Amino acid sequence: MGVWQSYRMRLRRKRVKIRAFRKHFSLRPVVDRTEKIRSGDVLLFSTLRDEHIRLPFFLRYYRDLGISHFLIVDNDSTDGGAEYLAAQEDVSLWHTKASYKGARFGVDWLNWLQQKYGHGHWTLVVDADEFFIYPFCDTRPIRALTDWLDSSQVRSFGAMLLDMYPKGRIDAVPYQAGQDPMEIAAWFDPGNYMIRKNKSYGNLWIQGGPRARVFFPDNPQKAPALNKTPLVRWDRRYAYESSTHMILPRGLNLTYDAWGGEKTSGILLHAKFLDTFSAKAAEELIRRQHYSASLEYKAYERVVRHNPELWCKWSERYINWRQLEILGLMSKGNWA
Amino acid sequence: MSLGIILLVHTAFGRAEQVARHWAASGCPLVIHVDRTVPRKTYTAFERALSDLPDVRFARRHRCEWGTWGLVAATQGAAEIMLDQFADVRHVYLASGSCLPLRPVQELIDYLAKRPHTDFIESVTIADVPWAIGGLDEERFTLRFPFSWRRNRSLFDKYVALQRLVGFKRRIPKGLLPHMGSQWWCLTRQTLSAILQDPARTTHDRYFSKVWIPDESYFQTLARQYSRQIESRSLTLSKFDYQGRPHIFYDDHLQLLRRSDCFVARKIWPFADRLYQAFLTDSAGAMKRTEPNPGKIDRIFAKAVERRTRGRPGLYMQSRFPVEGRENGLTCSPYSVFEGFSELFENFEPWLSRVTGMRVHGHLFAPERAEFSEGQPVMNGALSNSAALRDYNPRAFLASLIWNTRGERQCFQFGPRDRIETIAWDIAKDPNAQISVISGAWAVPLFQSNANFSDLRREAARLQQIESKHLDVLRSFWTRARVRIWSMAEFIEAPMEPLQTIIDEIGQPAQRGLTEAPRMVDLTGFGQFLQNLKNQGMHPYLMGDFPVEPGLNEPQQSKRKPYLVR
Repeated sequence: MGVWQSYRMRLRRKRVKIRAFRKHFSLRPVVDRTEKIRSGDVLLFSTLRDEHIRLPFFLRYYRDLGISHFLIVDNDSTDGGAEYLAAQEDVSLWHTKASYKGARFGVDWLNWLQQKYGHGHWTLVVDADEFFIYPFCDTRPIRALTDWLDSSQVRSFGAMLLDMYPKGRIDAVPYQAGQDPMEIAAWFDPGNYMIRKNKSYGNLWIQGGPRARVFFPDNPQKAPALNKTPLVRWDRRYAYESSTHMILPRGLNLTYDAWGGEKTSGILLHAKFLDTFSAKAAEELIRRQHYSASLEYKAYERVVRHNPELWCKWSERYINWRQLEILGLMSKGNWA
Repeated sequence: MSLGIILLVHTAFGRAEQVARHWAASGCPLVIHVDRTVPRKTYTAFERALSDLPDVRFARRHRCEWGTWGLVAATQGAAEIMLDQFADVRHVYLASGSCLPLRPVQELIDYLAKRPHTDFIESVTIADVPWAIGGLDEERFTLRFPFSWRRNRSLFDKYVALQRLVGFKRRIPKGLLPHMGSQWWCLTRQTLSAILQDPARTTHDRYFSKVWIPDESYFQTLARQYSRQIESRSLTLSKFDYQGRPHIFYDDHLQLLRRSDCFVARKIWPFADRLYQAFLTDSAGAMKRTEPNPGKIDRIFAKAVERRTRGRPGLYMQSRFPVEGRENGLTCSPYSVFEGFSELFENFEPWLSRVTGMRVHGHLFAPERAEFSEGQPVMNGALSNSAALRDYNPRAFLASLIWNTRGERQCFQFGPRDRIETIAWDIAKDPNAQISVISGAWAVPLFQSNANFSDLRREAARLQQIESKHLDVLRSFWTRARVRIWSMAEFIEAPMEPLQTIIDEIGQPAQRGLTEAPRMVDLTGFGQFLQNLKNQGMHPYLMGDFPVEPGLNEPQQSKRKPYLVR
């Protein structure tokens, strides 16, 4: 990388930071319990809208992992989710009516909050339908992982998005609040992922899975990106560039080994395809607040109407992280 | 009272206190050294917490940065206090605050009492040490290292390079032969006091204070001077990753640690409550008087290092994406590629799968779709047969297919009609590929087709050009696949021989030779067909020489009986 390119990246990062500053004026604190944050706490940041039904399990899941504090931006929910969150003792909540798209899908808001509250902490950025899995997550709390990353002088941790789906029609089994979504969406594609490297940012660009297989078989370029770097030891100078797919400075994107070895990595189980999905997709089509004019949702709508089954003969049923590590979707690296 | 403990502490004081109390409960006197970077408040609180224990002393504090002299100075100071103030101590054990005694302390005391003159210190000459960090082995004793490796890597590296450039070399003090080893040792009073009271100690200290990572070489080298009996191993179980950082033990290692029979383990995650609970409740428990046996733990951690440095061959994933040349194999296991076989034989695919038991696909890289075996639309791993998805990243497609079907050998058809340019080089460079080519066999479907001759001629020219380029690739210097090429004329003269060779090489549970041949298409008139192409100004040459008159070079009807090769 030449000096010129480094400089351009620096400008880009500054631009993102300025955006975050501009957009933060639209955030209005609802409950601010951030004084409870202690040094060494692992913090979770999220933006959400109308996810009330998912919240009880979401919070329980991450509390069990050892998340100490949740910092959440509520993008004008109308389903009572905001009130539910405000009542939780370990949640700080901000509200905004501003455009999700205008804040680059929430990235600007979270960049601001992370800059303000995340400095010096390990921060996890996930959506309400994403569940973080890492090696030994059944026996070791997330603090064990972050302590180990600290001692290995690693600042960022990659976790690929793994789309989960039910067997049969997506809307066949209704999801109940508090239920583990992976009881319904228990299946995933074990081995159809395509990776290439993004030369300018250094991150890997991963596509594939059921969304490429079913929604984009003729137009794979448009298939959504699955690479994510959700867990970062945050510094106020850092900034996510595009969702959690890319982060600046670029060094943080190097969550993979290029010399044949395997770095430690995790998975984000993506329980998007539940019965709630059809309604969401229909709504998103009207709101047009998602990536490239909700192109993804258009494709979903088209296919889901006709053939709402993502499951195929070679789908794999989720058991635990060890299964994912054997399948080669994630790796223990040298954490033993 | 014969065992004294030196405890080096810099973090997790709650745990350090617990461990100190555990040692003290078995009557071991302790000298504790706390890193000087620890705030005074924390330090005094820690000191006060242990003030009820009579046989605990605190040593003068030094700054202990990894790889620097401070650690040795701290150990020296603590050891002097230990030898001065606790006259009955025979063995001195160097441990850290994150070390955890796995067996009852009394067992360790008994073990040492039976070996009163033995020093347990890993001490290996530098020539024999494979674990040099930063590529420095001998040089760590002959260069100077004023800059921190952790905080000032580039200065560190540049200064090393400079010293190499000007040929700077320090002289090793007379009589010393540098040894290295684990910094966690257990020395006898005799040896330790001889090191500390050596008349040449100032020389030694001055020399070692500029050596890199002196805590791994100071005592290890000097113990060789004085020890009566050295057991070159550490009593502390401590494993290192590929960057020389200690592996950490967690709750889920409990059974593993129990079975290791080691006395002390390092390093323990401070929040591993179950480990501390299990090992510090000194329930004289199962008294196994066995030798330490860290074999199983060794294997687990060796595997972790292997995974981190070499990874699983043929796997491309979010945290393993090797640059070209470092893949350690494009694919994870051997597979076979057949070019021209399904054109020449009518039932080649079913025949092959019957004879070898392999998974036989059609043309995986056909322009319309990936022809998976049995016409499946989706294959192992939920791999789609969509041509667009496949062509979007053909390499990933092939690597995924082979990875997803680990344990079952794959083979597929390939040829100039396929999207050959997208993947041909990758296959050719893959040592796992076994490629068998009957060149020119693409002409057979043309010969059988019912198209206009001018179209056939154009198509033949196109295919021939593609295949000839492809053959150049297969014959190139960079090709690492196992490649066999026959011209069609050559092949049909005695088809069973090459088939037998290919199948032997695949190495399936051996039949005694092939008992059943695949059925070759009827080639009557093929020679004339080629001649017609020639007459139209196109020169088909890849299939070899076919005479125009029928019957001369073509397999005769009578030859089609089952063919036995012994």
